[in-house]
Amino acid sequence: MPTLWLVVSLLVLSAAGFVFGRQRAMSSAEGNAKELHSLPSYYGHNVAFTTLLPALGALAIWLLVQPMFIESRISQLIPEELAPDRQTLGLVMSDVGRVAEGLDVAIAKGALSADEAKSLRTELTDVRARLGEVGVALGADVRPEVLEAAQQYRVMSKTGNVLMAVFVAVLALGGFSWSYMQTHKDFRARNVVEKGILSLLILAASLAILTTIGIVLSMFFETINFFKLHNAADFFFGRTWAPNFRGDSELSILPLLWGTLYVSVIALLVAVPVGLFAAVYLSEYANNTVRAFAKPLLEILAGIPTIVYGLFALLTVGPLLVGTFGKGGFLGVEWMAGATSVLTAGVVMGIMLIPFVSSLSDDIINAVPQAMRDGSLGLGATRSETIRQVVLPAALPGIVGAILLAASRAIGETMIVVMGAGAIAKFSGNPLDSMTTITTRIVSQLTGDTDFASPETLVAFALGLSLFVLTLGLNVLALYIVRKYREQYE
Amino acid sequence: MSDTSKTSLLALTPRTKQRNAAEKRFRAYGIAAIAVGLMMLMVLVTNIFSRGTGAFQQTFMTVNVELLESKLDKKGNRDLDDIKKVTTFGYNPLIRDAVVAKVEELGIQTDLKAKDLGGILSRNAVGQLREFVIANPDRIGETIEFRFLAQSRVDGYLKGRVHRASIGNDKSISPEQLDLVDQLVDAGVIVKTFNIDFITGADASDQRPEAAGIGVAMLGSLSMMFVVLGLALPIGVAASIYLEEFAPKNRLTDIIEVNISNLAAVPSIVFGILGLAVFINYLHLPTSAPLVGGLVLTLMTLPTIIISTRAALKAVPPSIRDAALGVGASKMQAVFHHVLPLAAPGILTGTIIGLAQALGETAPLLLIGMVGFIASNAPETLADGLLAPNSAMPAQIYEWAKRADPAFYERAWGGIIILLVFLVSMNTLAVILRRRFERRW
Repeated sequence: MPTLWLVVSLLVLSAAGFVFGRQRAMSSAEGNAKELHSLPSYYGHNVAFTTLLPALGALAIWLLVQPMFIESRISQLIPEELAPDRQTLGLVMSDVGRVAEGLDVAIAKGALSADEAKSLRTELTDVRARLGEVGVALGADVRPEVLEAAQQYRVMSKTGNVLMAVFVAVLALGGFSWSYMQTHKDFRARNVVEKGILSLLILAASLAILTTIGIVLSMFFETINFFKLHNAADFFFGRTWAPNFRGDSELSILPLLWGTLYVSVIALLVAVPVGLFAAVYLSEYANNTVRAFAKPLLEILAGIPTIVYGLFALLTVGPLLVGTFGKGGFLGVEWMAGATSVLTAGVVMGIMLIPFVSSLSDDIINAVPQAMRDGSLGLGATRSETIRQVVLPAALPGIVGAILLAASRAIGETMIVVMGAGAIAKFSGNPLDSMTTITTRIVSQLTGDTDFASPETLVAFALGLSLFVLTLGLNVLALYIVRKYREQYE
Repeated sequence: MSDTSKTSLLALTPRTKQRNAAEKRFRAYGIAAIAVGLMMLMVLVTNIFSRGTGAFQQTFMTVNVELLESKLDKKGNRDLDDIKKVTTFGYNPLIRDAVVAKVEELGIQTDLKAKDLGGILSRNAVGQLREFVIANPDRIGETIEFRFLAQSRVDGYLKGRVHRASIGNDKSISPEQLDLVDQLVDAGVIVKTFNIDFITGADASDQRPEAAGIGVAMLGSLSMMFVVLGLALPIGVAASIYLEEFAPKNRLTDIIEVNISNLAAVPSIVFGILGLAVFINYLHLPTSAPLVGGLVLTLMTLPTIIISTRAALKAVPPSIRDAALGVGASKMQAVFHHVLPLAAPGILTGTIIGLAQALGETAPLLLIGMVGFIASNAPETLADGLLAPNSAMPAQIYEWAKRADPAFYERAWGGIIILLVFLVSMNTLAVILRRRFERRW
């Protein structure tokens, strides 16, 4: 744990910096705090921050860059015939990593001395057996090139770690002494410290942008890789989804999109009427007691994790539907083969979305000015006429926005469809059929052993990007509609 | 005019009647909608509890096992290495004999062979016995009373999940064995009691649903929550302070704000893809590690925390800031010394709600590999807790739901009860905090 010790010593140094900086400031003002430009603790903070922050930042960057750097250097050591393409190179590199790790373990356990590990030769020693003795299992015999690369790897990461420790220590001590020298009663410590804190705040705020960029880039590059291996026209306009791990797959998004939209439409058919009527009743009819009781209870539905809904779909709603529409069922028809179906997932997802629609619409209906209701009621309209002809039309853009947001949630929902919708990609109009969705396929292509050189795995990134664009588009559209509506009454 | 002259204020016209009926209908729709919503909630909750409470009880059988020296320690020198060489296979006869002895002691007549008699116990029993012997080698030779798990079919029979009619093709249990179980239950040897191992224990393989527990996955969830709390809270609060108190109104801050509200609506599975591509493929962090799960959930929770923190900061009236600035504080001092402490309850509430959301999230965890293996050992050190492969509660529930044996379904529902207990207590805490510390200005 050298890194941990490094961090601990940095923290100790910066704590010491606080004490010394404060003392120096006080002594430069001859013990009279009124002589100082800033409060005494600001001088301490200045030294502490200048010691700690640049060093910590450098440490983090170094830790990120070093493995990549070493890996690229080591991979040059591997001869061409051992690793003809990127994929086998990856395998060889993981072998190298394992051997290097094994040597580390052997040294830690005392089975090898550090010099022995450096001078080990495959011609002289059975490396696999030696490492096996200390509990490091290797899949195959170690080739001389791999052993050499592993030894080189150890040397490089060791020097890298030493260099890192030295660099970080120099940075920390440099920051310490520089800021300590600066400390004087006329030094504007508060301004400097506050500027530092402000830049930390800005850094935190820009993390949100960084996340978005990370999301887009991580999917974008793999998607490009996917389109290099697979025909883009087939992805967007093909008619079948048939991944085949021997190659020659047909990977089209259309059947998945059909399943996704079908499930979402059923979910909205359940959620929108129920949610909307509930919102209307709660905001226009219900007295305070009913409201205080029913609204939080409905919102519990939104707080339940989706895994619970997924289990509910798989083990309760699915069997119930089979018991009704399936073979030997309640209706005596044979329309449903298994528990997973579009209807199963759609109904359960609809239940999940009820509170989403109802609380959003509730807010929007409440935002309609009371004067409009009063005017309508004053003209002799009944309450329901007022709602239907005045309140709802006024709230319509907001309600449409709410429905679009709910649709975006439905499209991106994963657990319910993974457990309830099934795995068969097809265009079918029968809601009792098992169908699959975009999110389900992302999960199934990316779990288990994944090989990042095959289109069958990479297609998940293209699907993910499509999903991201789709849901983002719906959100932006919804927010645009809601925002436009708000302006009308302000 | 003739029409209107005939109407009376006391009798309703057909049109008014129609309008009133429409009014009533409309009202009834609203009530029906709320009733549907509440009914769904009730169905869901009763369903969870009726199917999940069984997981907290387990069937046990008490037998006296004679720890034969001839089987466990042939050399008789109590050398731990020799004792360890006896595999679980070697313990099988001891357990079988113990069951046979128990049945004979109770005077129960049965035609079952010794193998079938031993078969009513869980496969876990041998492991339990072996662990005991290795921990207490000096007790070899004694006869000790053990309480072993009964196998899952026996457990299901006692819980009403397995019936005589339904076991026609089941190789794990026969009607004769169930007859024996009935007699053993009458004799008080087989009992169904509270099973703490479900809450504290580790997951078990496909063959032993009766031994599976959610404790290790709970530790995994806990480590992830620590990561989320340690990263999302400081970063989220810092970002909100900047956006709410310092940010100039310009294009860049506009972009950041739009970004945050959009991030809140990105499907959670996309964060899983991000985690897989960046943390695992690019940075080579270990797969299935709670650290990676925590990082992904941090990115997912950040928008929630930022939005609620900004609301809490906005709720602090400007007069507080003005007063602080008026007595000579810098803007930074006004925010950190006055505004932030006043907003703390709101920030805390938002953080707890964000954590509750993260605790129940499953989809991104599937992509970073927190399913598909058996989380069998509890992590030993703090670093292990973060870096060693582990599961998380929702991922463990998903794993159980995927397995073929229906005995695991009961455990999945039971796991959900535990998950919901956590979520309900976190949300209650948030509500209490809000009620207790909320200030109206």
